[in-house]
Amino acid sequence: MRTVLFTLLLTTAAPAFAQDHAGHAEHEPATKSAETDCQKEAERHRAMGHPVPEGQCEPGGPAEMDHKAMDHSQMDHGQMEGMDHDRMDHDRMKEMAPDTPQAMDHGTMDHGAMDHSQMDHSRMQGMDHSQMDHGAMEQPGAAEIPFAPPPPGAGSGPPRAADAIWGADAMRASRDGLPSELGDILYYWVQGDRMEYRAREGEDGYLWDLQGYYGGDLDKFWFKSEGEGSFGEEIESAEVQALYSRAIAPFFDLQAGIRQDFVPMDRTYAVVGIQGLAPYLFEIDAAAFLSDRGDLTARVEAELDQRITQRLILQPRVEASFSAQDVPELGIGAGLDSVEAGLRLRYHFAREFAPYIGVDQEWRIGQSADYARAEGEDPSVTNYVVGIRFWF
Amino acid sequence: MQAMNRRSFLGSSVATGGLLGASAAVPAWARGASLQHGGIIRTGFDEVSGRDIRLTVGEGMRVVQGRRGHAVAVNGTIPGPLVRLREGEPVRIHVTNALQEDTSVHWHGLLVPFQFDGVPGVSFPGIRPGETFVYDLPAIRQSGTYWWHSHSGLQEQSGHYGPLVVDPAEPDPIQADRDYVLLLSEFTPLHSHTIMDKLKKGEAYFNMQQRSWTDDYDLTGEERRMWAKMRMMPTDITDVSGSTYTYLANGMGPEEGLEYLFRPGERVRFRVMNGSAMSFFNIRIPGAKLTIVAADGIAVRPVEVDEFQIGTAETYDFLVEPTGEAMAVVAESMDRSGMALAHLVSRPGARAAVPALREPPLLTMAAMGMAGMDHGGMDHGSSATAGTDQSMVDHSAMGHETVPAQTSTPEMMSAAAMGDMNMRDTSLLPPDVHVGPGIDMVSMNPVDRMGDPGIGLDKVPHRVLTYNDLVALEANRYARTPSRQMEIHLTGNMERYMWSFDGKKFSAVTDDPIRFAYNERVRVRLVNDTMMAHPIHLHGHFFELVNGAPAEHQPLKNVVIVQPGGSATFDLTANEEGDWAFHCHLLYHMHSGMFQIVTVAPRGEEAEEPRVGSDR
Repeated sequence: MRTVLFTLLLTTAAPAFAQDHAGHAEHEPATKSAETDCQKEAERHRAMGHPVPEGQCEPGGPAEMDHKAMDHSQMDHGQMEGMDHDRMDHDRMKEMAPDTPQAMDHGTMDHGAMDHSQMDHSRMQGMDHSQMDHGAMEQPGAAEIPFAPPPPGAGSGPPRAADAIWGADAMRASRDGLPSELGDILYYWVQGDRMEYRAREGEDGYLWDLQGYYGGDLDKFWFKSEGEGSFGEEIESAEVQALYSRAIAPFFDLQAGIRQDFVPMDRTYAVVGIQGLAPYLFEIDAAAFLSDRGDLTARVEAELDQRITQRLILQPRVEASFSAQDVPELGIGAGLDSVEAGLRLRYHFAREFAPYIGVDQEWRIGQSADYARAEGEDPSVTNYVVGIRFWF
Repeated sequence: MQAMNRRSFLGSSVATGGLLGASAAVPAWARGASLQHGGIIRTGFDEVSGRDIRLTVGEGMRVVQGRRGHAVAVNGTIPGPLVRLREGEPVRIHVTNALQEDTSVHWHGLLVPFQFDGVPGVSFPGIRPGETFVYDLPAIRQSGTYWWHSHSGLQEQSGHYGPLVVDPAEPDPIQADRDYVLLLSEFTPLHSHTIMDKLKKGEAYFNMQQRSWTDDYDLTGEERRMWAKMRMMPTDITDVSGSTYTYLANGMGPEEGLEYLFRPGERVRFRVMNGSAMSFFNIRIPGAKLTIVAADGIAVRPVEVDEFQIGTAETYDFLVEPTGEAMAVVAESMDRSGMALAHLVSRPGARAAVPALREPPLLTMAAMGMAGMDHGGMDHGSSATAGTDQSMVDHSAMGHETVPAQTSTPEMMSAAAMGDMNMRDTSLLPPDVHVGPGIDMVSMNPVDRMGDPGIGLDKVPHRVLTYNDLVALEANRYARTPSRQMEIHLTGNMERYMWSFDGKKFSAVTDDPIRFAYNERVRVRLVNDTMMAHPIHLHGHFFELVNGAPAEHQPLKNVVIVQPGGSATFDLTANEEGDWAFHCHLLYHMHSGMFQIVTVAPRGEEAEEPRVGSDR
């Protein structure tokens, strides 16, 4: 079985260290194919003027280059451009400390114009660079290359190179289609966050909490709907919001629009709110409502998804309602109106479909509690809930 | 033993892989595919070559390991046929569109006149349904390992891709007994637009390795709270994962048993092409050393490694001398949610042990743009790192004015302290970056991370390739000091799934391309202000990584991975006139807006300067 040796037509590294190519083979013959990397490396170091003892590559030979013994005095730094050594921390280069008779006098060297981008360190093994402070170093030579706008010639071409070849008419359709292929995507989302059955003292009830949007990354039309009631009774509340939603921060949207209540009575509100993701991954939805009667109310919701496993999610949820004034016909008292706290455990059969069970406690507070008692209702209600969360 | 000429090997070995594959040996109908859809797509690829090459883009049903989905196929196979060209020879490639929508073919890495680069709306009008477009390519100026794919919509995810190999006109500097193609990709039963939709709607839809109360991640409670406070996910390694993808080797799933034959003592060349839409792969052959000999088609000085990570759209050639009866060729997804798998076998059916998927990696401090601080709270490596860039960073950039840069022991920072830092200090951005909701993070200290082996490979106890290991084999004749430098920021918002350059989606810069004068040489620094690794691709050119190699031997690439929170720098000689696409090669990032047009002014009256391949 023959073995075809892997032969590299190695175009030898143009030795940046010695810009004159004297004594340097332009092409190494393929017969050197058996040469080891180490030997090639030694060859290159010799070309740099570094004394590399013969036998360096023998098995068991010194694995590390002895930089202390290197004669750096023959390096021609004069032709190197663009290196800023000002920020190198030489103090930490203990291995290369100039404590030998061949010590270099760094003081007289002009490092200011060195271009180390031409140095090939990639094959040097055993050098301990860990103590070198490279942190402050930019790309080799980068400091010398100016940040500049494109030169005038950069704008000299036709505005659309392909038009000159294929014609502007032929290009138009595909060009006009590019933005929608490359970022301008419109999409819709509908979520039933809480679609649940509520078991409680007295008549059991139901609740829906839906939202959705249509739009792009920053601008969306957003709708929300909430309502609840008890079985066997008239529905207690039902509302729909239609909002324009504008991304104002990486994690938050500003929303404004209209809320229409149908139950317990028709009432229209102007809405301003924010919705988004707060630090620690709280999902926040906070809005203020100004009714057509001039009543000002507000609502804040916060949810937190706690993954128990990849599919089992525990979700604490808190909602608080506030009012600037008493609204007796709606049973709302000024100040903190009501608080609702829930804990739901859901299982993601798919991300889009997750049934849950949970418990949800509602309190009406202060004047609102009095209104409730006057209606013969309990201001504190505990619901045991079963529901589904879905989206598409 | 019968001697075979090397040139014949490529084709025959590809066929071998297909024929030995369990699935290919069984017709599609026998694997449960419906007869009603005439277009059951075959796995694996044929080879096309010659002066005139014909490709037909069609669609049909695809079945992989029992899962099925709609797919786009070229010449009836996925991957499409191996397009085999010869350096120095012109070729006409006739592409016929049998789809109901426009299509295109982009020859990834091939230096062609811009009007044949295959990007609809940028280089040509696209190929309409029923139409045949002729790519009339002049003499090919290069050789090596490339690939091709659709640049229309999301067809690439659906199967519109294939390998491309250019045989050199002169003896190949890379000699081997066998020459194999390993084209990595993904199969999903989901429609590509469905995937885009799920990504936009969030909930980290495809990530089934998120933090939880019951996970095995080595994170303290404090660290977990820090990540939650930042509203970021340390598990956000890939956007789309093995939860929907079956990872493919030459179109075959890991259970379908792709085989590459070898005889003991032989040297085998692998041409690895990452033709996936969204995946990075960690490639290794347990028990064997891999000698990297080419990157993105261009030869590099041999580097021996145990493993390497290949970003989306990159290609690497490596040599291996397999031993024993069989060896496993493992291409593990970067997030460890699955793997593509092939087998090097000395006889059909031989198998070596396949290593289990390793533990999913986590993002580190460096991904937050806090490189050099990855020592305290966040660093959970079990073993010493092999040659990674552990540069100690100028802490003053982080507001620690009292801490001198020379501090020899890295400062230990608590996760709580990290959490208190401003992860989005937009004052650090240059003025041309548009600051808006599309930017959720600004890297505080975007150090050069080209010495990084890739996410999850910084702590493995063996040698892994980094960009800093790459040295061009041949000298670049046009290397000179760049006349200017520029900085491009990679920006995004994971929660909203927005991706862009300089905070501007393509739709915001359709009339404002990146302009270069003809033959201008520019140093381009890409700064990653996100926690994802982005494989950035420039069409029509090779750029040279500024990786510490001698200027004339800086490695040529057409894709560069910019690691999370870090930077990467290349020198570009803008000497291919015309308009060119410049984009993130993660398909859904590009589709979300991470795309720009680079326009290179016409040569005009200027003398033609040496270009890649022009001196051949």
